[in-house]
Amino acid sequence: MWELIRANQRKSLVLFVLMGIGLALLGAAISYFLNPAGMGLDGVVIALLIWIVMALFSYYRGAKILLSASKAKKVTPDVHPQLFNIVEEMKIASGMEYMPEIYIMNEEAPNAFAAGRSPKHAVVAVTAGLLARLNRDELQGVIAHEIAHIHNRDIRFMTLAGVMLGSIVLISQIFLRGMLYTGGGARYRSSNSNSGQGQAIMMIVALLLAILVPIFAGMLYYSISRKREYLADATGVRFSRYPEGLASALEKISGTKIEMKSSNDVTAPMYISLPFSKKKKAAGLYSTHPPIEERIKILRAMQGVGYQSYDKAFSEVSGKKSHIIPGSGLAETDDPGVRKAFDDSADKRSVKRESGDIMMAVNHYQFINCECGLRIKVPPEYKKKSISCPRCGTAHTL
Amino acid sequence: MAPLLIILGIIVVLVIWLIGIYNSLVKLRNQVKNAWSQIDVQLKRRHDLIPNLIETVKGYMKHEKETLENITAYRSQAMEASSVGEKAKAEGLLGGALGQLQVAVEAYPDLKANQNFLSLQEELTSTENKISFSRQNYNDQVLFYNNKIQMFPSNIVANMFSFSEEEFFELEDPSEKAVPKVEF
Repeated sequence: MWELIRANQRKSLVLFVLMGIGLALLGAAISYFLNPAGMGLDGVVIALLIWIVMALFSYYRGAKILLSASKAKKVTPDVHPQLFNIVEEMKIASGMEYMPEIYIMNEEAPNAFAAGRSPKHAVVAVTAGLLARLNRDELQGVIAHEIAHIHNRDIRFMTLAGVMLGSIVLISQIFLRGMLYTGGGARYRSSNSNSGQGQAIMMIVALLLAILVPIFAGMLYYSISRKREYLADATGVRFSRYPEGLASALEKISGTKIEMKSSNDVTAPMYISLPFSKKKKAAGLYSTHPPIEERIKILRAMQGVGYQSYDKAFSEVSGKKSHIIPGSGLAETDDPGVRKAFDDSADKRSVKRESGDIMMAVNHYQFINCECGLRIKVPPEYKKKSISCPRCGTAHTL
Repeated sequence: MAPLLIILGIIVVLVIWLIGIYNSLVKLRNQVKNAWSQIDVQLKRRHDLIPNLIETVKGYMKHEKETLENITAYRSQAMEASSVGEKAKAEGLLGGALGQLQVAVEAYPDLKANQNFLSLQEELTSTENKISFSRQNYNDQVLFYNNKIQMFPSNIVANMFSFSEEEFFELEDPSEKAVPKVEF
């Protein structure tokens, strides 16, 4: 399993270098065009500086920003013991040293994400809607997928690469808008016809780079992001040893048409499934996630739970000859086999009420079960020592 | 002078190589120990849950006296076991008996509605899962470690410093063993 992380890191490095070259080229071309005497070096420095500042910021503050943007609340085990149990199970299965922090989001839409720059600083956040809808096995599948992201070091990589893409887009946008505004950098136009011609060529080169680099960098980034999603599915199943759990969870998630209130283009790649239904962006080169139907089909086509059987299922479903799993992962031949399903005769309570209850628990409501069968929900603002049941009048001490 | 230097060089390289292998063996052995302590934590958790569980179900399950007595007996056996092999055997029996209990619960709808029992059941299920996941992890680590001890050239170093192979933790589920033998 460690080999897989290493293979991942090697690939990440290649992508980083490629995107970095793109960023540097863009900076060089723009600055050379604006000031031919500078040989474009200052542009490279400025472009890389922009990236480094943004990267440092998101590296250390990214998780916090993501959590506050999604209005997630950190919870203690008593709010949802099962969630904590499942996270701990997957932590054990992954062999990781640290237990991630657990957050719950007040959202009706079922979704989840993982964040944090390293396994030590990892965070797993789920929506109340997810907890209300999924049974134990399905929830375990989703958590396994998120723990797999942490285990495979996807978050750090996707954050830094995402920021690099952001820098590239930012720089080229500034340049292109500047061009529109000034009508082609007239300030620096030389009277010398020879260098004027050189400048015209540089302008075309800079323009082309400003248009093309963001497109290629984006395609690179999104294709890696999709690969990492498949890989997280594979690793997650390896942990939970139960492909059907994740498959049926994804089915439930994709079957719900509720959009998340607090998510946007920036936070979208972090979630287990796209938090909003952008029809034109749902698939293809510009999507951070592979089509959910395909992920489900692959999971259901798996014969075992190892990397080899995921890879085989992937080839069968997608019809592609290439391997989705790096060679080092495929070298792992032992397959512990699918485990038994957990018999979950879950009570059919309404999803809406259940997720409401979860949010009340998150917000420190107290629950009292009265003998008459009524469940009294006491808000934290209630300061008196006792409360009487509104239905039968029995007094309860708090 | 030159031959002496060459011999000295070879010795230095050998010692560095030896240290490298020795350290990797120590690291693997510590990983095995760490994985074992993780299983141990979960087994203890299971033992702690059982008295509470018995207390809760006793009033409801009038016809499962034998199962409950078995669970109590296996629990004390498991708590007394010391070696990995003994522990595995006793824990296997305990796991089997707990599984029987889980099945028997289906016949008692009152019990299944009991809030206290439901949270105990969740704890028990999760503990069973944690045992099985940490067992997987432990056996993986033992496999790495034993491979290293058996394979050349690390087996030489392992012999020199008496690193010994570790035992796998195989839980025996009596229900799985009861497959009838077919003879021709």
